[in-house]
Amino acid sequence: MNSYLYKITIGLFTCLTLPFAVQAQLFGEPVKGDFFIQSAELYTVTNGILEADLLIRDGKIAAIGEDIDPGDAEVIDAAGKRVYPGFIDAGTRLGLSEISSVSMTTDFNEQGNLTPYAQALTAINPNSVPIPVTRVGGVTTVLSAPSGGIFPGTAAAIHLFGYTPDQMYAGKKAVILVFPTSVRTSRWDRRSAEKRQEDYENRMKKLNDFWEEAERYHEIREKGQNEHKKLASYEAMLPVFRGEKQLFVEVNRAADILKALEWLEEKELDVVLTGVAEGWRVTDEIAEAGYPVIAGPVLQTPSRSYDRYDRPYANPAAMHNAGIQVAIRTNEMENVRNLPFNAGFAATYGLGVERALEAITIVPAQILGLDDQIGSLEVGKLANLFIADGDPFEPRTQIERVFIRGWDIPIESRHTQLYNQFIERVPGAQLED
Amino acid sequence: MKNTTTAKLLTTVISLLCFQFLTAQDEFRSGDVLITGGKLLTVTNGDMEETDLLILDGKIAEIGTNLTAPEGVPTLDATGKYIMPGIVDAHSHIGLDAVNEATNPMTPEVAIADVINPFDIALYHALAGGVTVSHAMHGSANVIGGQNQTIKHRYGAMLPSDLIMEDARRTVKFALGENPIRVHGEGYNTLPNTRMGVETVIRQGFDNALAYREAWDEFYRKKEEGIVAVPPRYKKRKEVLLEILDGEILIHCHSYRSDEIYMLMNVCRDYGIEEIIFQHVNEGFKVAPELAEFGAMASVFSDWWAYKFEVYYSTAYNTTILAQNNVITSVNSDSRALIRHLYLEAAKAQRYGQLSDNQTLELITINPAIQLGIDDRVGSLETGKDGDVAIFSGHPLSIYSIPEYTFVDGIMYFNRTEDPDDMRLVTDPEEEFESFMRLKSGRGDHDCLH
Repeated sequence: MNSYLYKITIGLFTCLTLPFAVQAQLFGEPVKGDFFIQSAELYTVTNGILEADLLIRDGKIAAIGEDIDPGDAEVIDAAGKRVYPGFIDAGTRLGLSEISSVSMTTDFNEQGNLTPYAQALTAINPNSVPIPVTRVGGVTTVLSAPSGGIFPGTAAAIHLFGYTPDQMYAGKKAVILVFPTSVRTSRWDRRSAEKRQEDYENRMKKLNDFWEEAERYHEIREKGQNEHKKLASYEAMLPVFRGEKQLFVEVNRAADILKALEWLEEKELDVVLTGVAEGWRVTDEIAEAGYPVIAGPVLQTPSRSYDRYDRPYANPAAMHNAGIQVAIRTNEMENVRNLPFNAGFAATYGLGVERALEAITIVPAQILGLDDQIGSLEVGKLANLFIADGDPFEPRTQIERVFIRGWDIPIESRHTQLYNQFIERVPGAQLED
Repeated sequence: MKNTTTAKLLTTVISLLCFQFLTAQDEFRSGDVLITGGKLLTVTNGDMEETDLLILDGKIAEIGTNLTAPEGVPTLDATGKYIMPGIVDAHSHIGLDAVNEATNPMTPEVAIADVINPFDIALYHALAGGVTVSHAMHGSANVIGGQNQTIKHRYGAMLPSDLIMEDARRTVKFALGENPIRVHGEGYNTLPNTRMGVETVIRQGFDNALAYREAWDEFYRKKEEGIVAVPPRYKKRKEVLLEILDGEILIHCHSYRSDEIYMLMNVCRDYGIEEIIFQHVNEGFKVAPELAEFGAMASVFSDWWAYKFEVYYSTAYNTTILAQNNVITSVNSDSRALIRHLYLEAAKAQRYGQLSDNQTLELITINPAIQLGIDDRVGSLETGKDGDVAIFSGHPLSIYSIPEYTFVDGIMYFNRTEDPDDMRLVTDPEEEFESFMRLKSGRGDHDCLH
C-alpha cells in the first residue's frame, strides 16, 4: 500500500473507531471458536506446501484438504496468504523477567547454585507484557528457563496464551544444568585465568558431589526408603534419573562441550545440549554422542577474535550437516520475536529455508517430545498456527492472524497499542489542533 | 630481555598477518575501481537497473551504462548484485579503548579521538555487514559527556588518526535519565539524582560557560582601553561548552523518555541552540510532532526495549511514527553484534510500520549521514561522493541477502570469498588460545552505559 492510501485508511479507521478505540485496545481479548481458513498456502512442515483449506475445531486442527465441510466455523479467506505452524523457541526467559535491570521484576535466578527445585512454571507471569509482543510475531510456544548457578531450576514449555500457569503449560519440563566453565562470564569479568580455573574446579566438584548425592538419594527412594525425609534439591532430580524429565545442558565453548560429553558418557539420561555456540568445532563428537542441540542465538558475534566473521550464522548448518538434530533458540526475554530472523540468518548461511523452518517448528517439538501436539500443520495437532502475507523470515512480512490452541489471538501488544495511540496524535504540536 | 623477544615475535606475527590481509585484495586497493552491471540503490535518486559505477581516486566519478575502465583501473563484475551506499551507523562504540569518562556529570573536554583502537576486530565485522562509517560515541554516564568521533572503517590502518573521517562535523555526547542519575546521583551522591537535576546540570554548565565568555570579553575590553587586567584562567571545559552553544559542535543526546526529550528541546531553545540529534529516543514517538517542529532528529534502535524501566513503554513502531511525522530518523546499532547486521535492523521497520524500501534504506544511509553532518560526503550513490559502497547478493532488506564486498574510499576492505578467516591485525600475547567471549545477542552490551 502506498503511504498516501495508507494514511487515508488509517485516518478513516481512526475517525470511525475512535469512540471505541480505547476500549478495543484495552479489552481486545482472544476468542475461542471454530475457524475455516480458506484457500491458503499451507506450510505444513511435515507434508510439504499444500494449496488447501484448514479447519480449526475445538482447539485443534480438525481437517486439512479440499471439500471440507466448514459447518458453523468462521470463514477466513486466506487466498494469497500463507499458513505456518506456530514457531517454537525452546530457549527463552519469557515470563520470568519483566525489566532486566530491575531485580524485583526478575525471577529466573534463585539464590544458590543447586536449586533444581526452582520451578519456572511457578514464576511465569501470564500477564507479562512481552508475551503478547512475542506471540503477535508468530511464536506460539516457548521453553522458559531459569539460569545462573549450576542447577538453576526446572524449565517449562508454555503456550503464549492463558491466565494461569496451568492454562499456559504445554506439558513438558526440563531440568537445567549450566555446565561449569572456566571462560569469562562477560566482557567485564576481570578474574585471572588461574582464578577462573580454580573457580571452575570448585564448580565441577560441587556438581559431582551433588550428582553423587542425588544419585544415592534416587537409589534409596527407588527402594522405597526414606519416603518421609524429602530433600527438595534431590527430589527435583528424581525425574531426571527416572528418565521422566530431560536434562538440558547449557554449554558453549568447544572444550567445555567435550568435557560435558565426557561427563555425560556413562550416564543414561535424556540429554539435550543448549547454546552450543562452538558446536561447529566439535561436530563429530556431538554427532557421535547423539544428543540433540538447541542452538543459539544465531545473531551473535564470533566467540573468538580470530574466528571467521560468520561462524555464528553458519553454526546451525555445520551441526546439521554432521547429522546433529538442531533446533534454533533466541535465549531472549523481551525480543523472542526475533526468532524468525535468527532462523532466517541460519537459512541464508547454509541451513536452507526448509531446514531453518523445521529448526523452529517440528525439531524443537520433537526434542521436547511434543511433536504429537505441535510443530506442524497436521490433523489432530493443536491449532497453534498463524497466517502471514508472505515469508515470515522476511522482515517486511506481516503476521495477520495468530491462533493458539484454537483461540483467535488479537494482533495487539504494547507495541501496537502505542502505535495506534500515537501514529496520529491528537492534539498535535499545537493544543488547538 | 623477555619483552624484546615478545616484541619481536609480535612484530613478525603482525607483518605476516598484514601481508596475508593485503594480498587477499591487492587488485582493489588503489582507490580506483569500475563496478559493472549491478542494480544501484542510490537512495537519493531512485534505483537503477544494470548500471556501472566508476570510482576514481576514492570518489564516485561516474554512474551510467557501458562505462569503460580507464587504463589500469580494475573492474569488478557485479551483474545480478545489489549495490548500495556504504552503511552509516550513527551510534556505536567499536574501535575504541575507552568509552566513559564517568568521573564528573560534565566532561565535554575529553575526546573519543584520543582512544581510537584501529585493531578492533569489530571494525572488520562491521565492514562484513556493509557498514563503512560509524559514529564512535562517548558513553552515557555523564549528562554532558565527551566529544565523539566519526570514523571510516579503513581496517588495516595502523594509525588511529587514519580512521578519523576528515571534515566530519564535531559532535558531543549528552545523556539524560537513568544512566547519569545512577552514576552520579546514586554512585557519588551528587547532582543529578533526578531528571530535574539533569536539567540543572546542563543549564548551570551553559550559564557558567557564558559567564566565562563574559569574563574574557571584559578582559579584552579593558585591554583595548589600556587598563591593566588579569586574564581569566583558561578552562577547556567551558571552551567546549561555548562551541556547543555556538553550534560548532552538534549535540547527540542519549535519551529515552518523552519528558526529558521535551526538556532538552526547551533548554536548547533558551540558549539558541538550533540543531540537536536525540539518540535511542525510545519515547520519541510520543513527542514526534514537537521533534518535527523543532527540527530535531532521531537515531533509534529497531526493537530494543524492556531492558530497563525507562524503555518499558516502548514500541518497535517508533521508527515509523517518527518517519511519518517527518522527523529525520536513523536506525543505529550501539552494539558490536548489531552493527554486523544493521541492514536487518533497518528492515524491521518494514515489519513494524511498513515503510517503503527507500524510506527504510534512508534509515542507515543518508539520514545518519545528515545527523553526523557528512551527507555531502556519504550516504548515497552520487558522483562526487566518497567511494563507499556495499555490494549485496540480493536486495539488502531481504534476510536472504549476503554482503559480499565492501569498499571505503574506493578500496576493498571486505571480500566474502577471498578474505582469510582470521582477520586480526595484531595478536594479543595474553589472549588465551581458547578464549571465549560470551556475548549476548545485543542487549548484553547494553547494560553498561552506552
